[in-house]
Amino acid sequence: MSKAIIRLAVPDMILSPAPQGSAATATFRVEALHKSFGADPVLKGINLSVQRSEMVFVLGPSGSGKSTMLRCCNRLEEPDAGEIFIQGDRLTGPGVDLNKMRQRIGIVFQSFNLYPHLSALGNVTLALRKVQKMPREKARVAGLEALDRVGLSDRARHYPSQLSGGQQQRVAIARALALNPTVMLFDEPTSALDPELVGDVLDVMRDMKRQGMTMVVVSHEMKFARDAADRVIFMDDGLIVEEGPPEQIFGDPQHNRTRAFLSRFHE
Amino acid sequence: MLDQFFNLAIMAKALPLVLTGLGMTLLICAVVIPLGALGGLLAALGSVSESRALRWLTIGFIDFFRAVPPLVLLIFIYAGLPFAGISMSPFMAVTIGFFLNNSAYFAEIFRAGLLSVPKGQVEAARSTGLGQRDTLIWVTLPQATRNVLPDLLSNVVEVVKLTSLASVVSLGEMLHAAGMVRSITYNASPLVLAAGIYLLLLWPVIRLIGRFERRLAS
Ligand SMILES: Nc1ncnc2c1ncn2[C@@H]1O[C@H](COP(=O)(O)OP(=O)(O)O)[C@@H](O)[C@H]1O
Ligand SMILES: [Mg+2]
Repeated sequence: MSKAIIRLAVPDMILSPAPQGSAATATFRVEALHKSFGADPVLKGINLSVQRSEMVFVLGPSGSGKSTMLRCCNRLEEPDAGEIFIQGDRLTGPGVDLNKMRQRIGIVFQSFNLYPHLSALGNVTLALRKVQKMPREKARVAGLEALDRVGLSDRARHYPSQLSGGQQQRVAIARALALNPTVMLFDEPTSALDPELVGDVLDVMRDMKRQGMTMVVVSHEMKFARDAADRVIFMDDGLIVEEGPPEQIFGDPQHNRTRAFLSRFHE
Repeated sequence: MLDQFFNLAIMAKALPLVLTGLGMTLLICAVVIPLGALGGLLAALGSVSESRALRWLTIGFIDFFRAVPPLVLLIFIYAGLPFAGISMSPFMAVTIGFFLNNSAYFAEIFRAGLLSVPKGQVEAARSTGLGQRDTLIWVTLPQATRNVLPDLLSNVVEVVKLTSLASVVSLGEMLHAAGMVRSITYNASPLVLAAGIYLLLLWPVIRLIGRFERRLAS
């Protein structure tokens, strides 16, 4: 078990191709990502290549570094070492226009993080107006279009406090979508939702996949992972332990840790 | 008794002078409140900044001027500083003294407001490409201000009341004017008049504070 982990951590792994598609053609790529909090290493060399329109699912026990990995991907958290590329453009290192880069990476948080003082439309158009400098009317049209994609154009004037959790999360997705990102990252998008509201959010994500969005999804929605994911990654203790198509990860996991983790989800 | 406190004839005579004083009171407020709010906001931003030096400096400023009684500060500026070769008009002394006192109080309130905004708000904004300044202006500040609006307004009420201290440096604000008339007429009615005007001025603000507090609580 531990031998496999060490093998994944050595640098030559960076050069070998990912199970599906190669690193060179990846839309989104993370190389040898390291991150510690104080003396506590949380990411110990993550390598991840995501192809265009691919949906990659990330599983792993709580505290294994999944959120930190996503947060490093748009440098909300500054990586200690490693590189991040989006369509071949490097995001790490000095001299990168971070605000420009971040618009190419949408991120959806477990706790929605909608702006409570703005309407749904205001939430979706803020970055369009202030970052992309869109005129008001144009931003309104683009914002309504994004809300329409998540099925909420009729809630444009509502404030977050007037929306259900599922609706709030869909507005948060629209807020990211409005910027036309190249890749979307989801950090447990349904974990804070009442069970009956989860489906709506997953439907939106399924829809996005159908339309060709590239996505990295951290989630414990196993059923959704089985039928929507192109690839599943199992992370533990700051490393990718195992990855493969969902049938393989769920049907025939190779590592004890993966098996142990998955067994906890079978009733 | 009625004659001592509610003598309408004396009130009528005192009215022009008291109104002139009211003008001065409002002038002090018009200068001190916006400057104090701005100074307080800047100090609050400093007190939550990444820079440790800036944090210490601004927190030191806030603590110091909240601890010094405004009357002591005012007398020090007006009567103490001339010994160091710095003298100024009563109006200037009052403005500076109240500005320092008031911005410290505003700073403490804004600081609490800034700290009340969850970190996730900033992260959401930054992840959509908003810069630090835009995030502050469009995401953090509106929420911070809304969360402490009752306290901000209470502080405005405090400033208006504070202006009555200006009479110790003989600045002709409302209480000073009323006191002058009282000392000439040996009648307290001008003070009652001034009190009535303070009440008229501040009561709507106090009602407003109550309404905001109820709205925030719900
Ligand atoms: N800002 C932080 N400061 C210190 N430690 C952190 C911070 N963020 C996360 N951690 C720690 O890093 C580890 C991984 O956390 P996280 O990435 O949130 O894991 P996961 O999302 O897989 O549950 C945890 O031990 C957590 O306590
Ligand atoms: Mg997490």
